[in-house]
Amino acid sequence: MSLPLIAILGNPNVGKTALFNRLTGQNARVGNYPGVTVDRRSGTVKLPAAEKGAAPVLAELIDIPGTYSLAARSAEEQIALSALLGLDGNPRPALVLIVLDATQLVRNLYLAAQVMELGLPAVLVLNLIDEAGDDPPDPRALTALFGLPCVATSAASGFGLPRLREALREALSAPPAPRLRFAYPPALEADLAALEPQLPAAWAAGSPRGLALWALSSLGGDDELHHVDPGLRAATLVRQQAAEAAGRDLDAEIITTRYAFLDAQAAALSRPPPPRTASERLDRALLHPVFGFAAFLGVMLVVFQALFSWSDPAIGLIEAGVGLVGEAAAGALPAGLLTDLLVEGVIGGVGNVIVFLPQILLLFFFIGLLEDSGYMARAAYLMDRIMRALGLHGRAFVPMLSGFACAVPAIMATRTMERQRDRLLTMMVVPLMTCSARLPVYTLLIGALFPPDQLFGLLPIQGLLMVGMYLFSVVVALAAAGVLGKTLLKGPRVPLILELPPYRMPTLQSLLRLMWERSRLFLTEAGTVILACTVLMWGLLTFPRTEPPEDLDQRPVAEQQAFAAQALEASYAGQVGKAIEPVIAPLGFDWKIGVGMIGAFAAREVFVSTMGLVYGVGADVDEESSSLRDRIRADLRQDGRPTYTPLTGLSLMVFFALAAQCMSTLAIVKRETRGWRWPAFLFVYMTGLAWVASLLVYQTGRLLGLDG
Amino acid sequence: MPTPLSQVPLLQPVVLQAVGGDRSVRRRLMELGLVPGITLCVRKVAPMGDPLELGVRGGSLSIRRLEAEQLLVELAGGRS
Repeated sequence: MSLPLIAILGNPNVGKTALFNRLTGQNARVGNYPGVTVDRRSGTVKLPAAEKGAAPVLAELIDIPGTYSLAARSAEEQIALSALLGLDGNPRPALVLIVLDATQLVRNLYLAAQVMELGLPAVLVLNLIDEAGDDPPDPRALTALFGLPCVATSAASGFGLPRLREALREALSAPPAPRLRFAYPPALEADLAALEPQLPAAWAAGSPRGLALWALSSLGGDDELHHVDPGLRAATLVRQQAAEAAGRDLDAEIITTRYAFLDAQAAALSRPPPPRTASERLDRALLHPVFGFAAFLGVMLVVFQALFSWSDPAIGLIEAGVGLVGEAAAGALPAGLLTDLLVEGVIGGVGNVIVFLPQILLLFFFIGLLEDSGYMARAAYLMDRIMRALGLHGRAFVPMLSGFACAVPAIMATRTMERQRDRLLTMMVVPLMTCSARLPVYTLLIGALFPPDQLFGLLPIQGLLMVGMYLFSVVVALAAAGVLGKTLLKGPRVPLILELPPYRMPTLQSLLRLMWERSRLFLTEAGTVILACTVLMWGLLTFPRTEPPEDLDQRPVAEQQAFAAQALEASYAGQVGKAIEPVIAPLGFDWKIGVGMIGAFAAREVFVSTMGLVYGVGADVDEESSSLRDRIRADLRQDGRPTYTPLTGLSLMVFFALAAQCMSTLAIVKRETRGWRWPAFLFVYMTGLAWVASLLVYQTGRLLGLDG
Repeated sequence: MPTPLSQVPLLQPVVLQAVGGDRSVRRRLMELGLVPGITLCVRKVAPMGDPLELGVRGGSLSIRRLEAEQLLVELAGGRS
């Protein structure tokens, strides 16, 4: 038996999510709207029975993304109509809960009026009533005007919630019908009358008049809407063209008629809200040309520091814990292939997944804090000018910055942008930022191949190289954003529409909820892919198997390490490394580096331990190990020249800076874009870019005679 | 003479006369309540000159200079 469905709709920033959380309590789920990458949050709401002792009425609540209007131009904006009417694979709601900002009544009623014109049964909520001053709008006046039940609430404090539950229960048993009919100009009424017979049968859930208005407002030569009946589209275009030829302005006729009515009616309902003195004063500081940017940099520094350093102890603890569990399992089970699979594939794979949790939890704690407090909108306001020049959304700043720590949480953070195009563009460039997993690789190569000398007696060469790699990644990421934004991800220009809501105190509950939701999504959806990839990587590095000699355990360590190197060379990973040698030789790499690059696909820092294996110095090395550095410096090519020169090192670092060799990043992009298309593109473009750039570095260097 | 909103001094109340621009932008702005006849003002300009924060209908709304150029206004109270 399915529960009756209540859809919750409202403008952005009206406390819709807080209200949703209040009503559903602990049982919300996050899914996806069919066909588009937009979160669909749903949960069960318990409505107390009318009589004492009777069982409560249960209903399912779904959260429709915040919007200012039902009129749509893109598939994402179309969600609101589809979800309200139960179109395109969405279940059909029995009731709409319209959340209004009591301090912005007229603009909020504009959206509500569209729902009423569709004739959908609805309940109105006057939320943020506590911010509306001493003489707030009266819910009874709204009920008298529109014929719909109306309850005043404050989702933050919980005020009005019991009354709202009652109103919802009553509305479910006796659906309230809205009473609203705008007097449009006669010519427009004629357009509506002509379009109404053209509406498809599938749209029967809404009133013909409301749907005809939606078609006139939304359809056009350049809309990106799906599943629109071709007959309706053709008829709408005919009416639009006729109106244009007659010098009429359809959009203005519809919108100004609605606003004229609402302005006239609501003037009696609402007083101007009290001035937001505290917010104003804060804004004077936080949007100040000097202090505002300083504060912004300070906030971002804290976020970055948290991801980069504060997460370290937790990550170390997880790694140590996974190591202990692996050792315990290896000790308890007989040595053999199955134990290896369990320890290195499965336990290691689980470790590879949960190691991301500290950064994800911390990042979403800060994102929740910035969003709920109202600061994120200010940051977008401050940074819009700069970010727009770079072709990026104002809110892309936090994901880009987070990319310096790790691309996985950073890509999850692109959810703060509403439009798919902005999200995709950010997702495609974030993995270019110098993440912390690249540092061990750079440290190893710089330490092994570049002298600890100083340029001109004061600039350390090694430090300069490290700084250079950071700058290189920023420049490439911004250039990639510029190119992709003008080509593949070119979209229609979208106006910036930004509300600066008053500053509010975030609640711990909603922060914890966001952190929990995001972590759970990561574990269930991206985690499984990462786990599978770890097992696959283990297989590549293990098979075909070289049988170890009986007494390997008793032999000297050097011999054991030599055997491990042999076994790796014979494995599929070793074979692939050799097979790609012709491809990577022009970059200055031999097959051993090729094996290291394949190992690094699990995570870039794995390059270090894989190289330890390849060179027979054991997998227990780290980037500071002198055994590995010495071995790298001593390695020779077949013709007797050293394998590694500073030039090879530079070429290899450039390759690591650009190549998409991180399965977790690809897994999270797959999760966020719902398919393999974008992760495949990301892999191909980044790795192609890496190959070309390394080729340029190495071959130019050779021409200049630097390969000695 | 109607003036683009982008050229109006800070805090000067003005009356919106016409909304221009391509259809989707124009419709979006009007749907947010920027309809002809409404009184509004530019309350703040972001430190880098863009976007502009408007005071309209008792609330605040930020739009880019590019969109503000499409909003034609006259000084409130006078037809100068």
